[in-house]
Amino acid sequence: MEGNELIPNLFRTEYRKIAAVLCKHFGFVHMEIAEDIVSDTFLTATETWGLKGLPENPVAWLYTVAKNKAKNLLKHEAVHQKTAKLLITPEQEIPDTDIDLSDENIRDSQLQMMFAVCHPSIPAESQIGLALRILCGFGIEEIADAFLTNKETINKRLFRAKEKLREENIAIAFPGKAEINKRLEMVLRTLYLLFNEGYYSASQNTVLRKDLCMEAMRLTILLLENPSTNLPPVNALLSLMCFQSSRFEARTDASGETVLYNDQDTSLWDHQLIMQGEYYLNMASQGNELSKYHLEAGIAYWHTIKEDTTEKWEQILQLYNHLLQLEYSPMAALNRTFALSKANGKAEAIVEAEKLQLDNHHLYYSLLGELYTGVDNNKARQHFEKALQMAKSTADQKIITQKIQALG
Amino acid sequence: MKDFLFVFRADYLNMPQVSPEEMQAMTKRWMDWIGGIAAQQKLADRGNRLERTGAVVRGANLVTDGPYTEVKESIGGYTIVKAESLEEASEMAKGCPIFNFGGSVEVREISPLM
Repeated sequence: MEGNELIPNLFRTEYRKIAAVLCKHFGFVHMEIAEDIVSDTFLTATETWGLKGLPENPVAWLYTVAKNKAKNLLKHEAVHQKTAKLLITPEQEIPDTDIDLSDENIRDSQLQMMFAVCHPSIPAESQIGLALRILCGFGIEEIADAFLTNKETINKRLFRAKEKLREENIAIAFPGKAEINKRLEMVLRTLYLLFNEGYYSASQNTVLRKDLCMEAMRLTILLLENPSTNLPPVNALLSLMCFQSSRFEARTDASGETVLYNDQDTSLWDHQLIMQGEYYLNMASQGNELSKYHLEAGIAYWHTIKEDTTEKWEQILQLYNHLLQLEYSPMAALNRTFALSKANGKAEAIVEAEKLQLDNHHLYYSLLGELYTGVDNNKARQHFEKALQMAKSTADQKIITQKIQALG
Repeated sequence: MKDFLFVFRADYLNMPQVSPEEMQAMTKRWMDWIGGIAAQQKLADRGNRLERTGAVVRGANLVTDGPYTEVKESIGGYTIVKAESLEEASEMAKGCPIFNFGGSVEVREISPLM
């Protein structure tokens, strides 16, 4: 591999490892220092390797340089502290133990960072942003792209989040036994949102979207590798992610257009991922716990069977019935009503749909359009047209236009 | 939005024997009904079923075993929903599958203790 390809690749895999270890080492108080050291390390690598060629072991080289930079900084701070009692107060003192970049400490630091970043004191979108920055090594620009916003917004958001974590004095540590389930719930929620950000994003950048999903899966696997977080809901979440991402290649065509589920070429579904999804769903079934991830993984499982059967839609309907009792969401309410039409017929589903009161969602009108198609095409057209007016993304508008055209 | 208690009553002792298929169909109707309420974001508490046996205490020395022979119907379970009015809550109750076997739903507004 050429040096100019190697650095971005190493950046992808190593930035997050060094960042987690250094952030853990310095604490949230000096998180910027940690981030600067990692960025600086990669800058030095680019310069040095460009002049002198690649070192024998680039990863080891990066680790050594990062360690030395951290040590120099600590020494520098210590000298500074003696001469002028500056900036750093005693309780903020930078620990001067060795920087440990062993595999084990990298794994532990990443896991501990995951819990710290997904702290309930900061909003979900900040949690995702910080996770992408520190745990996934994403650049600010990529994060801005993923959220369909600009760099300043993301910088401000991350800055505020870090301030908050400092104020609250959040420890970068594994939560205690008594706390773990509650904290794990937050982590899973963030990973779930991160995955959905990629899977359902309106962003046209399919490579980036896939990356977000892959990162969410990687972090979920990190949780499964630790015995104390290898728990049924975590397995269920990974199962859900496997089932969903199995359709990644099939859901957009060569020109980047969305291909609806019914029109997808099943030979493009990733059967390896479907099998993995089944494996993790089995693992999730140990014990009595039934989390929303179990139910969603169950729904996703039935979607890996393309054939329309009564059993399929009856199962999906019951899973949605259950899911809505655990946690309401407009999407679940809409999907439940669609499943109801498949299982119990359109007449019943239309009555139920009219009760949903989701008039501010274009998908609500799409659903009504769908339900009225073949029952009352005039009404179907009215609903689809309303949906078209409200839809924001061009991909959605195209799909709705196709539906209207199909009405004849 | 106010909370309303649904109390399900039926003559559980004299219910006809049903086949497993009928039982399954009945469960589905309940799940679809509750799911429909949840889909409107109006389910406050799914509630629970009640065991058929019980006791009635009317004083230190006045304890009678359930089921209660003086009334034919007994309470089988409860659910709490959210609605704007008693009328709306009653409308929601009309979908309850308990009517298929002669039961009833008592709808009562919950008045929270301050």
